[in-house]
Amino acid sequence: MNVTFTLNGRLRNVNIEPGDYLVDTLRQLGLRSVRRGCDSSSCGVCTILVDNKPVPSCTTLTARMDNKTVTTVEGIPKEASLLADEFGKQGADQCGFCNPGIALSAYALKLNHPNADETMIRHFMVGHLCRCTGYVSQTTALKAYLEGKR
Amino acid sequence: MKNHHVVNHQTPSVDGKGIMMGRDAYSDDFAHSDALIIKIMRSPHAFAKIVSIDTRRAEEIPGVELILTHKDFKRNAYTRAGQGYPEPSPHDKFVLDEYVRHVGDEVCAVAAVDVKTAEKALHAINVEYEVLTPVLDFETAKDNDQRVHPEADIYEMFPIGFDPKRNLAAAYHMEIGDVEQTLRDSDVVVKESFYTTPQAHAMMEPHTVNARIDYNDRLLIYSSTQTPFHVRRILSQALEVPLRKIRVIKPRVGGGFGGKQALHGEMLCAAVTLRTGKPSKVIFTRQEVFESTYSRHPMRIDLRIGAMKDGRITAIDCYGLSNTGAYGEHALTVFMVTGSKVLPLYNKVEAVRFHGDVVYTNHTPAGAFRGYGAIQGNFALESIIDMLAEKLDIDPIELRMKNMIKEGETSKIFEVMGEGTEGTAMDMESCKLDYCLNRGLALSKWNKTYPRQMISDDKVRSVGMAIAMQGSGIPFIDMGAATIKLNDDGFYNLTVGATEIGQGSDTILVQIAAEALMTEVSNVAVYSSDTDLTPFDTGAYASSTTYVSGNAVLKAATKLREMMIEEAARVLQCDSDAITFDGITFTDDKTDSISLKDLSNKLYYNDEQKQLTATDSYVGHKSPPPFMAGFIDVEVDLCTGEFDILNYTSVVDCGTTINPMLARGQIEGGVVQGIGMATYEETHHNKKGRLITNSFLNYKIPTTKEILKLTTEFAESYEESGPYGAKSVGEIGIDTPPAALANAIYNATGVRITKLPITPEKILQGIKEKENKR
Ligand code: FES
Ligand code: FES
Repeated sequence: MNVTFTLNGRLRNVNIEPGDYLVDTLRQLGLRSVRRGCDSSSCGVCTILVDNKPVPSCTTLTARMDNKTVTTVEGIPKEASLLADEFGKQGADQCGFCNPGIALSAYALKLNHPNADETMIRHFMVGHLCRCTGYVSQTTALKAYLEGKR
Repeated sequence: MKNHHVVNHQTPSVDGKGIMMGRDAYSDDFAHSDALIIKIMRSPHAFAKIVSIDTRRAEEIPGVELILTHKDFKRNAYTRAGQGYPEPSPHDKFVLDEYVRHVGDEVCAVAAVDVKTAEKALHAINVEYEVLTPVLDFETAKDNDQRVHPEADIYEMFPIGFDPKRNLAAAYHMEIGDVEQTLRDSDVVVKESFYTTPQAHAMMEPHTVNARIDYNDRLLIYSSTQTPFHVRRILSQALEVPLRKIRVIKPRVGGGFGGKQALHGEMLCAAVTLRTGKPSKVIFTRQEVFESTYSRHPMRIDLRIGAMKDGRITAIDCYGLSNTGAYGEHALTVFMVTGSKVLPLYNKVEAVRFHGDVVYTNHTPAGAFRGYGAIQGNFALESIIDMLAEKLDIDPIELRMKNMIKEGETSKIFEVMGEGTEGTAMDMESCKLDYCLNRGLALSKWNKTYPRQMISDDKVRSVGMAIAMQGSGIPFIDMGAATIKLNDDGFYNLTVGATEIGQGSDTILVQIAAEALMTEVSNVAVYSSDTDLTPFDTGAYASSTTYVSGNAVLKAATKLREMMIEEAARVLQCDSDAITFDGITFTDDKTDSISLKDLSNKLYYNDEQKQLTATDSYVGHKSPPPFMAGFIDVEVDLCTGEFDILNYTSVVDCGTTINPMLARGQIEGGVVQGIGMATYEETHHNKKGRLITNSFLNYKIPTTKEILKLTTEFAESYEESGPYGAKSVGEIGIDTPPAALANAIYNATGVRITKLPITPEKILQGIKEKENKR
């Protein structure tokens, strides 16, 4: 079947099998920032934005993307770079496998709740498992990113 | 403390931005676009013999390229452990075998053009099993009638106590002094048994491998491994391919924590590509990561500790029973660390014994995991120290202060116990454990709260603590090497065998090189872990990178600096002794000078052209331990047993921190994994031995909700033998939380939990039992 959606600002028409998951479709399209940490919406690694809302792509059918807007971290290089600077300042980046997913959730948070406080950040990020950092450095970095501090 | 311009600075990681921005980094990002997909059939039984495998229907499915069963491999016992050679782990594994020894063990493998075809083929394969009674209780595994490894062609590389007839993967015994007599002569003896859990590594990137034959007709493998050089060697031995025909590249690894020290997908992936000539890849599902890779060795630790009334600890007797599951990977060495990196904490004892068995069972095998036995031993020892303090009516801090190891001291254990072999005698040239303890008291709420503080009728706050030590590589075994190359325009390439797995090794090794060459971090381009292009390194394990690989980098950089000075002296026509170099310019004793830029451009284009490259390596002659004191603040609900962790305070002596920010990351990440093991990460099996907690839905690791505050500081410390005074820091953070939490829960409720994890249910049950006794 064919699906048409906007991917990182570009209209794409892709030929897929009805049962294909978005994470696989996007990887096949060369967007390799989208990676799999599980297959049950339980780790947050595969997070992408659909109409600016964070969604786990490992359990989202590509077939449902018709007429939607899909964003991966490749589509928000400026925001990802800003967040990376804050992560760098806190040492909040270790293996990095969780990072692109976090960047997209952080961007969504900035769009929808720019004044989020620490409690809200924690709440919003609860679906992003990180086995490396222990979270505190990440939360500090996310706060700085939202505050737009340089 | 010396003044450094790069080392000991909070340099951001060299690679974090590229990864955040989604650039190709991890193994699967480099997979061939036409790679065959490998899917592995997993055993549904905890123990069975394969009677027959009928692959005929599967073979006929279009798109199926290859099916591999145990009949396709020569019987060649090896170990997946990913250790140096000869390995201290038994060779008790076959690439594929006629026996399956745990739920999730490999039965056979399919390579097909896509995932769907591969899965379809798996369903079309008919396997007939003779189901055997599994050994599921590790406490009755030794000398059980059922043997987990009945086959004859498995062996140990040197004596490790391997005795498969008795279900023993390894055994160990050592005694210093006369423990029984000393305990009899002690005023007080405390005795307790402790149980730890088979924690899962739960790294976010599943095990991922891909392979192809390159245009030089060599096998090229990308693997998310912690040990690329060991992978090359073990593949070569098990598949009988010459070493020279194999190249292993480790791109960015999405977390390892010991779980990627071993080989998991590499064997089958290599076999598929070698046989088909086609590229192939395998990515483990999360269920496979849980069921079919490794866990931490669960243990029972029986402790007896003796002391005199004045608080002098006289003797420690430790028997351990460790469950290695279906295969004996890291069986002996993890077990020995339970003694060797725990018991020396109390080095003033008159007698100490450490002994026990590592048994085979039909569970998911256990392997290397950050802490590597020390966290198990620490939970037991640091719990019983608090119990002893209570019995002696001495403050637990005072008891520790009086008995713990101090700078300049040693422990006989260092000499007696190594990892799989004898140990190495060493004095503690840097040990700021006393500072760590005192500073932790000041930073945490100890003095205000100890032992408890009632907040309301049913809420109580309390504190608990523990001290720990680890190591810095394995002396005389772990070797790291580095090459530094000067380029035109005066920038450097640093190539290291050391394995960046997210811990920041590339960054701190660049810092060490930049410090020695007096240049900026941005002037050193780093490339790590490619068995063709980088020098050797044993890999990222045993807290070896900062100390061992770091020393190698320092030696190589120092060598290159001397070579450059010699060239500058030639150009400036003076003695090399007369040259001073500030990182940018070489100046002689008069005022002639040449910039590094000009010198390098001359060297590569104009004048007596030559390549300047320096390689050096380092093997540790000791393993200076990092130390830590950990303090936990908790609030317990006495009605429900539920508790919140309000803060975890860590004060660490790891010598000079090459990068205080990344070192903090190692500590905090370790602490939170330790907290996970202490409390949330519970594993369950059903009666048939299947792991029920095999996904993130039912195996809970800590999230942003549970971890509220972490306070982390470093002691001023300088290890003479380390690069710029550094010791390693990768593991020490994980060790203290289980004991510290158990002690805090006891202080809050009077309930002593000796069986991990520490759950509200267990606390509540303990509270009820105490009430009933009243
Ligand atoms: S991969 Fe989608 S949530 Fe884990
Ligand atoms: S940085 Fe490794 S999982 Fe988050």
